Amino acid sequence: MRVIALAWIWTAIVLFSTAYSLFAGTSAEVGRAALEGGTAAVKLITDIAGPIVLWCGVMEVMRRGGAAEAIARLLRPLLTRLFPSAKRNNAALESLSANVSANMLGLGNAATPLGIRAAEELSRDAVDGGATDGMCLLVVLNTASVQLIPTTVAAVRAGAGASQPFDILPAVWLTSLFSVTVGVTAAKLFARRRR
Amino acid sequence: MSAATSLIVPFVMLIAGLGALRRREDVFSALAEGGADGVRVLAKILPPLVALLTAVYMLRASGAMDALTRLAAPVLKLLGIPAETAPLILIRPLSGSGALAVGSELIAEHGADSLIGRTAAVMLGSTETTFYTIAVYFGASGIRKTRYAIPAALLADLAGFAGAAFFTRLLFG
Repeated sequence: MRVIALAWIWTAIVLFSTAYSLFAGTSAEVGRAALEGGTAAVKLITDIAGPIVLWCGVMEVMRRGGAAEAIARLLRPLLTRLFPSAKRNNAALESLSANVSANMLGLGNAATPLGIRAAEELSRDAVDGGATDGMCLLVVLNTASVQLIPTTVAAVRAGAGASQPFDILPAVWLTSLFSVTVGVTAAKLFARRRR
Repeated sequence: MSAATSLIVPFVMLIAGLGALRRREDVFSALAEGGADGVRVLAKILPPLVALLTAVYMLRASGAMDALTRLAAPVLKLLGIPAETAPLILIRPLSGSGALAVGSELIAEHGADSLIGRTAAVMLGSTETTFYTIAVYFGASGIRKTRYAIPAALLADLAGFAGAAFFTRLLFG
């Protein structure tokens, strides 16, 4: 799905920019921009590479120190309330809490397989290929990004000369809390209406 | 608050190190192995980032980006969202590297400490690549009918964009 959507979007942007430049008289600028974008991308990667490599290392240390399990334990009571079907299914609760805690630490690579295991457990009582309420809620939790320390963004800000790259943290936390609350509420309301 | 957020990275490094040492884990090899993972991630996003940032640069240079921003302004104004972030809102649910390309460009153009730069950063930090995530989860579990998962996830995204604009203005405006 993503591959096809991006193929169309990328081609459409190139087509649209080229056509628009002929009409707006900006063709010289567009021609130059076509070569500058790649340079900017490489510069962006070198700007954020150091912090990202460091942070991936620190998060691996965190994981080996048991931080992911500790967060997962803290989340369990809340998750049993959100996912009534996981109450009877310990394997579901286990991978569910591990998935959410990996997301909170920004361990995307670890979070996805855990989430898929949780999705399989939560789809056990699915009726003819339709998503269960638990499955829908799991997807909402994973699309709403509840990351405690958004390193990539902070690294981008640091590269752009921010005086304190992490001063956005309170705003990020409040926003994440708000969006995940809206998502969960919406899912619960949809679930009630469509039963 | 300011000292706490400034020191968050050193603080997390310290907690990570002490926590792993307590379990007698080799902290340094964990740093190296985790870091190698980071290098793989960077290598993987460089080619799509080059392609997408090129497209973003062309769109901006042609003047079409400004036209799009003017077009989206009235709708976004209703939600209290700065119109300049319109391209970011459009690409965020579809592509992670696309959002990084557009977001970093907004931050560079308007300044990291500007209201628009900060709003873009908060949007990037508190939302996900929704359609990609949905495709991965439903694809892997073999479920075909997504029921209300997509509308609920998109509502959460919308709340994320409006919330980012609101809280950034509240804390930095």
